[in-house]
Amino acid sequence: MKQFEVVDEPIDINRYHEYTIDEKQGAVCMFTGHVREWTKGTRTVHLEYEAYKPMAEKKLAQIGEEISERWPGVRTTIAHRVGKLEISDIAVVIVTSAPHRKDSYRANEYAIERIKEIVPIWKKEVWEDGEEWMGDQRQYHPSLEEK
Amino acid sequence: MKVMLFAGLKEKVGESRIILDGPSAMTAGELKQAIYAQFPSLEGDVFQVACNESFVKDDQVIDDDDEVALIPPVSGG
Repeated sequence: MKQFEVVDEPIDINRYHEYTIDEKQGAVCMFTGHVREWTKGTRTVHLEYEAYKPMAEKKLAQIGEEISERWPGVRTTIAHRVGKLEISDIAVVIVTSAPHRKDSYRANEYAIERIKEIVPIWKKEVWEDGEEWMGDQRQYHPSLEEK
Repeated sequence: MKVMLFAGLKEKVGESRIILDGPSAMTAGELKQAIYAQFPSLEGDVFQVACNESFVKDDQVIDDDDEVALIPPVSGG
């Protein structure tokens, strides 16, 4: 495994968890993002993720550097899966460890927000009656726009 | 100039790599205009330009042998 990586296979969260542990760390925060079946009444059948892999891994590493600057002493590892994912599959795992818990929590939330801003990974939602690449608020399922 | 496409842009054009006609060096802003001119199906689509795996601003010059990609709004996580 790499500290920051895009993977094609199911994510084994334990490997990433173990990676962040050392004798200085007293708190480990692990976030896993999963494929959700229901979004505001619309049923997702499955998701497809695509990445510009080398750039995505660079950007994940950049997030790790940003975290180290903001919260010195935090260790970060992030993996994002691509390809076809089924309901409840893990799409992303973010592990942040720190000497004390507050920094590990804060760094962890920062990481997922930054992933949604700067990492070239795209999600296609596949519904029973269509599909759409996400990435813009205008592109949600057509039924949502009628409200 | 070779340009990589992803996600919705790739599906619209039907190719993951396109060849853009034009000078061997142009700014990212000029590249965007050339994309819209040569691939009208992308009209209205927004994207950022990445050069050698970094986002670039419109005034940055891109050379023929750089690795160029169009980055539509991301949606990982």
